[in-house]
Order: sequence, then structure tokens, then C-alpha cells
Amino acid sequence: MATWIVFVAGAFIALAGAVGLVTVPNPVHAALLLVLTLVGVAILFVTMEAHFLAAVQIIVYAGAVVVLFLFVIMLLGVDRAEDVRMDPITGQRPTAIAMGIASFAMLVTIVAIKADQSVGAAPVADVAFEGSNVERLSNAVFTKYLYPFEITSLLLVIAVVGAVLMSRRPKPLPAVDGANGGAS
Amino acid sequence: VIAHAVYAQTPVLVSGNGPSGPGMTPYLVVAALLFSIGMIGLLTRRNILVMFMCVELMLNAVNLTFVTFARKMNDINGEALVFFVLVVAAAEVVVGLGIIVSIVRRRQSATADSAVMLKG
Repeated sequence: MATWIVFVAGAFIALAGAVGLVTVPNPVHAALLLVLTLVGVAILFVTMEAHFLAAVQIIVYAGAVVVLFLFVIMLLGVDRAEDVRMDPITGQRPTAIAMGIASFAMLVTIVAIKADQSVGAAPVADVAFEGSNVERLSNAVFTKYLYPFEITSLLLVIAVVGAVLMSRRPKPLPAVDGANGGAS
Repeated sequence: VIAHAVYAQTPVLVSGNGPSGPGMTPYLVVAALLFSIGMIGLLTRRNILVMFMCVELMLNAVNLTFVTFARKMNDINGEALVFFVLVVAAAEVVVGLGIIVSIVRRRQSATADSAVMLKG
């Protein structure tokens, strides 16, 4: 029963944040509501005993990713309220909402059809290690997924270098005769 | 209403959380709702940053589904996959925000229409 209460609270927080994120006009408010959603999902992770992922969710997403969003919003000064009433294309909003409802209906239908069948009833003992959630997850990540884990570091380095390269202000090139010194 | 109806159809579906905890279906329904809301936001909003946040929302819905199945099947590999999704999402945010910064520098606005020249 207690798990139900926590689940309902987490789901309510997550869904309220999601609806707010889609509807508020100001991007700063949207980023803060995204934090609310991420915290709600972290609560749901806790109720499923995925403690490490809940902590990582808070630290990485709510702590780093959303702060990065807020930095960019405030750095660029694009925190003007967007006119959410205007349709960019005629009929875009009703179509989008219809598509969203159709997608939700499709997903729930799949859940309703498939959920009563025995989805993997036998526990998979692939990574044979018992213990807490963090111990099991670390055992999987550092043994079975060691190479993907290392490649992940390469991915992060590439992303950081690429972001720096992309967002750097282009230096005004010195005027060399015959040089094709930059487009702008 | 629909979530309640779906859950009422499958009352036997209760996994390791004890007989009183929620089973797999409520989590999946919440994940489906989050995904659909994120999709609606992505399709309706015009601010690129908010659209990007909606993408994060959809990623989170998928992560929730992964964790739900990982717990149901008592398989830690699902949670390991969520770990990698988190890392890739962080890298994606860095690169995406870099692209947005360069678009805003060029166009002085942050709506999706700023990149209309990309249209073929």
C-alpha cells in the first residue's frame, strides 16, 4: 500500500511536470517543470528499487542537463514568452494532439494485450551476482558492458570537443591576399 | 480512466513488489503518457529549446519502460542499458545545445522556423 502511495505521488509529479512543460509559454518555466518531471521519474525508479538510476537521474539530469538548458536560455536571452496560441501551420495543434492520443492508445493497447502473457517469467541469471541494486548494476557495467562503458568515455570526449568547436565564435581571419577568409 | 480499466483487466500481474505494490502495467501506462505528452509538445511547440526538452521527456519515458521491464524480468541488463541511455542523452544535450547556440547566433531567434533554410 505504501508503494502505491509513493507510485501515485511520483506519477502525479511526473505527469504534472510534463503537462506544464508542454503548455507554459516561458522556456525558463518549462526547464523548471522538466526538473519536476525528472524528479517524479526518479521517485518511480525508487519504487522499482532502481536506486542507483534514481540517484543518477537526479544528479545528471536534474543537476547537470537542466542547468545546461538554463545556462543556454539565459546566455542567449531567448527567455521571451512564446505565443502558444498561434498555430504555426493551420491545424498543426489539433493534428499533433490527435497523433499524441493515437500514440498513447496504441501503446496502452500493446500493454493491455501483452501484459497478461508471461513476459519473461523466468528470471534471467545472465550476470550471476546477487546483492543490492548498485552491486548488481556495477557488476554488469564493469564486466559484461566494459567495452561499451569505455567507448562511452570516447563519445563524451567527442561531444565536448564538438560542442566547443561549434559554439566558439569564429575568429576574424587576418586579411591574406587571395585567401577565402570565411563566408561572413 | 483508461489506466484504471487496463489495470483492472490484469489483476494477476504483480511482480516482486509484494502483493500490495503496483505491478508492471501502471508504470507502463505512465511511461506511455509521458511519451505521448512529449510527442505532443515536440509537434506543437516552436521554441527549439522547449522542443529539445520534450525530446528529453520522451527519453525519460523510455527509460521508465526499461526499468519496469528490468524489474519485472529480474534482469539487471535493462538497468545497465538505461545507464548508457543516460550517458548518450547527456552527450546529445551537449551537441544539441551547441547547434542551438550557433543557430541563435546566426538568426537572433530560437524558434524552429529559424532553421527554415534547411528545408530542401
